[in-house]
Amino acid sequence: MNINVLIPSIVTNQWNLLPLYLQNLVIITTQILAVTICVILTVAFTTYFERKVIGYMQGRIGPNRVGIKGLGQPFADVIKLLIKEVVIPSRSNRYLFIIAPLLSLIPALATWAVIPLTDGFVIADINAGLLYVLALTSVGVYGVLLAGWATNSKYAFLGAMRCAAQIVAYEIAMGFALVGVLMASGSLNLGDIIASQSGGFSQWFIVPLFPLFMVYFISGVAETNRAPFDVAEGESEIVAGFHVEYSGVAFAVFFLAEYANIILIAALTSIFFLAGWSSPFEGWSFLGEGSFLREPSFFWLAVKICFFIFVFFWIRATFPRYRYDQIMRLGWKIFIPVTIVWIAVEGVMVWMKVGPWSI
Amino acid sequence: MKKLKSYIKTFLLWELWQGLSITLRNFFRPTTTIQYPEEKTPQSSRFRGLHALRRYPNGEERCIACKLCEAVCPALAITIESDVSDDGTRRTTRYDIDLFKCIYCGFCEEACPVDAIVETRIHEYHMEAPGENIMTKDKLLAIGDKFDNLITKDKAADAKYR
Repeated sequence: MNINVLIPSIVTNQWNLLPLYLQNLVIITTQILAVTICVILTVAFTTYFERKVIGYMQGRIGPNRVGIKGLGQPFADVIKLLIKEVVIPSRSNRYLFIIAPLLSLIPALATWAVIPLTDGFVIADINAGLLYVLALTSVGVYGVLLAGWATNSKYAFLGAMRCAAQIVAYEIAMGFALVGVLMASGSLNLGDIIASQSGGFSQWFIVPLFPLFMVYFISGVAETNRAPFDVAEGESEIVAGFHVEYSGVAFAVFFLAEYANIILIAALTSIFFLAGWSSPFEGWSFLGEGSFLREPSFFWLAVKICFFIFVFFWIRATFPRYRYDQIMRLGWKIFIPVTIVWIAVEGVMVWMKVGPWSI
Repeated sequence: MKKLKSYIKTFLLWELWQGLSITLRNFFRPTTTIQYPEEKTPQSSRFRGLHALRRYPNGEERCIACKLCEAVCPALAITIESDVSDDGTRRTTRYDIDLFKCIYCGFCEEACPVDAIVETRIHEYHMEAPGENIMTKDKLLAIGDKFDNLITKDKAADAKYR
């Protein structure tokens, strides 16, 4: 059905009178708002999902009092945080203290600009998408660093230092893992990376690049400061790390940024290694001709993102926190050699014309 | 050889997969949560909760102010004052239990020669104002009257072990 039928002609006439740049502005703003609001809503339910998953893994049932099956819990939490007072420590750097949560949230949301949600829908279809993603995920650490510095508390400062060292260590492994993806796909554009993996499960990069996939995902867990790499928070050692003094809305923003980053890493992992929105059953004839299971759609991206979010929480429920020197050892002495070796192996495979890719 | 095996295991994340499989198995197991206000765990007849003072079936107070409970109380929560009553018997004029001091050990119940002071199964109570933590004689007797049936039944169930 053509949706133009539903819109009164006077609206379309006025719309056509607008200059082209204004039309584009309106369209892009609407797209950005839609994506951002969806991400924020997903974040809300991700917190609920996390508490449920961890609850069931520990033999509990998690939140179930607010609303149907506890689905109102995230909104109750948000309202609680909104009406709480934001306490600003008197010896802190007020300006940086306020700006730090925003600095960690904005990159997490801005990265969604280059992520292709379905075939053909992406806010900014830029050629250096991969570089943009790498750049913005690195900027996110400034929020944590500035929060730790501006608070003027020893605990917060220690948390920020640990976070900075950890992210520097894992950023390299992550970047190298993406070099492998880059070599296999031959493009920096996220849409092209997905397109080069089309053709069903056997064509996905997770098959030839499995070690890189593991390294990328584990580094992703470390990048988002999630358990077992959450030394930046480390409740048992440094109270709450970089956000000890944050309360109310400012804390809510940090919380939002953390979960937005989880969803982002889940989305990126599914795009780089599991072919984003394409279907694993592409080209399988027995599923029927018009089956939506064979068609690439947003459904498949959502399924993959949900799976990786589940894995995040599964890991959190299973492993104890790493000791700090073990984190450094894992990042520098294991992940970086593993990725370099596998890139070399991949290079040989490309040279010998083995493997699914053709350059 | 052993070293090689352990290297391979490390790189395949063998132990991590084992850990993950444990949590995944637990994920599909039934939960053990009790939805407290709606569901409750079974309670022993020996449960030691809020105190009560009992009466004989003819309505006479059991307590004879022997002060054994006051003496045995390890937390010094019981305060007793006694006097001769109108009918010439020895009775308490004051019998206070401070619930903030009480540790619910049940020694007072053990020490009582006439089974006057008992601990009931009641554990869902609260205080709203300062001073409500002191259980006076009137309050204790009122609880004993109200839950007489329950107390008698619990005592009977436990009698053969004493």
